[in-house]
Amino acid sequence: MSATINRGEPVIDVRGVSTCFGRMLIHLDLDLQVFAGDILGLVGGSGSGKTTLLREMVGLLAPSAGEVRLFGHPVLDRDPEIRRSIRQRFGMLFQQGALFSALPVYDNVAFPLRELKLLDEDLIHDAVMTKLAMVELDANDSRLMPAELSGGMVKRVALARALALEPELLVLDEPTAGLDPDRAAGFVRLIRSLQEALGFTVVMVTHDLETLVGLASRVAALAEQRIVADGTLAEVTTVDHPFVRNFFGSLQVNGALQRAAR
Amino acid sequence: MAAATLDYDEADAVARLGGDWTLVGLGKSLPAREARLAELSRAAPRWDLRGIGRLDSVGALVLWRAWGRSLPSTLLISEQHRQVLERVSRLPRREARLAERHPAGPIVALGRFALDAQRIFLGTIALIGQLVLDLAWLWLHPRELPLREFSATLYKSGAQALPVIALIGFLIGVVLSYLSSLQLKAYGADVFIVNLLGIAIIRELGPLLVAVLVAGRSGSAMTAQLGVMRVTEEIDALATMGVSRSLRLVLPKVLALAVATPLLVVWCSAAGIFGGMVAAYLQMGLSYAYFIDTLPKVVPLANLWIGLAKGVSFGVLVGVIACYFGLHVRPNTESLSTGTTSSVVTAITTVIVVDAIFAIFTRTLGMPGT
Repeated sequence: MSATINRGEPVIDVRGVSTCFGRMLIHLDLDLQVFAGDILGLVGGSGSGKTTLLREMVGLLAPSAGEVRLFGHPVLDRDPEIRRSIRQRFGMLFQQGALFSALPVYDNVAFPLRELKLLDEDLIHDAVMTKLAMVELDANDSRLMPAELSGGMVKRVALARALALEPELLVLDEPTAGLDPDRAAGFVRLIRSLQEALGFTVVMVTHDLETLVGLASRVAALAEQRIVADGTLAEVTTVDHPFVRNFFGSLQVNGALQRAAR
Repeated sequence: MAAATLDYDEADAVARLGGDWTLVGLGKSLPAREARLAELSRAAPRWDLRGIGRLDSVGALVLWRAWGRSLPSTLLISEQHRQVLERVSRLPRREARLAERHPAGPIVALGRFALDAQRIFLGTIALIGQLVLDLAWLWLHPRELPLREFSATLYKSGAQALPVIALIGFLIGVVLSYLSSLQLKAYGADVFIVNLLGIAIIRELGPLLVAVLVAGRSGSAMTAQLGVMRVTEEIDALATMGVSRSLRLVLPKVLALAVATPLLVVWCSAAGIFGGMVAAYLQMGLSYAYFIDTLPKVVPLANLWIGLAKGVSFGVLVGVIACYFGLHVRPNTESLSTGTTSSVVTAITTVIVVDAIFAIFTRTLGMPGT
């Protein structure tokens, strides 16, 4: 199937996870490993439980059965200290940004740093400005309120906040949803260059083929309550499964692949 | 994950750094490391950073600050880590932000408060004007009457409030009757309890209690609802469908409160008088029959009309103020919470002011023996 050669301990280890909402079965005995340096794109039809799986990975939702381990610890560990330390090692970018609407951009990015209660305000200022510079925002933008930002800026500020604690893992929920193709391509380039510079692992859920082609080093397709295909994009497109054929079968993907190859 | 290390070689005057100079790697040792780095950089040694595994921007910032925002003269570092340092070094210095304090701060604040109050006052009047125009328009287009919204608000703000208002009215009646009877007994004026309770509850306490409860119960809910609709752009969505927000959202709420509040006043007053009657029987042995027989003789009917008129005006006021604040919430959570608080506080304050105005203009009405 895929290039899952043994590469040490996985960053994310989903073991035998089943999820049901009421009588509706979302995942059944699902396994998935993500290794350091992977950029995993999670695809699936709408309602296939991509976002649910993502929420289970970051511990927002407890699976009905099975376990999710992050960095070798259960994400829902009983010890609050361990839970906290796990959560300081990954950053999450929410679909709508989820910026704190009452705080200006600067304080949004400074929030996780202040929560550490380790750094003085001077260092926090410099760290926030570094993060804002990374996502191509400047000091003038830092005083704006979230409501005054454009869709693309919201995403970039949210990315800066997700990166504030220098995470080893970045979790992206539909990173390019709601952006026009031009902005989306720019955002993909930004994430890519940051990943090359900082070397974090990425897990993302996306519908957008361009994003997948431009970013993912590995693709996992979710259908029928489990992972039906897992591997590089080229490998996954050859898998014979109705969903995969449907999703990648369009001419669009060939165009995108050609463009990426060029 | 290796912890950050820092060794100083006295003989060669070399500071050797190793391990992960990252936020996580430094962790709790960060303040100690900073102090040690600052101490070392005064001695101006040569720096050997080749032993560092990972360097993130926080680690780079710590070094950069210890070096006094310039690269040391002798620095051994890998190319990758030099890039991290360079990225940090391009940052502008934090400008010292002077705390802005106006010499006439309190006066400015007072002025701002007055301007705010004026803006709210004018805004509320404009909203009332808009409602009157809407009513006139509805007169010509009766099919557009938002009946469903009207009846929904009537049910939520009126019918569902009945139990709590009955309870509060009853308890206030009991307390008032009990406390007054203690005083009246001392003068042998027991029978006047009927006059006292009748006038106080029907004319004053009933309407006021209901207004406070409606402001707290329904007014806050209306502000929060309209505020969230503003935040989620639902009001804009309505506008693009050609639905007037004042006609569809504000008018039914205000009209429903105008109908529900006087009815709640009657309900609250009845419960209060019943409570007072029970307490008067238990405390002073005043019979129910006597109480019921005497009440209409000592409390002129005008008091009931005054209570109802207050109910209508308080209901309209609470509704208009709640909707005004709801429509002026800015799209963030903080503004939503201050908007809801201001809505309730302003509504209750206004109700009490208007109650005082009522007291002045009705001072010759409904008093027995005048």
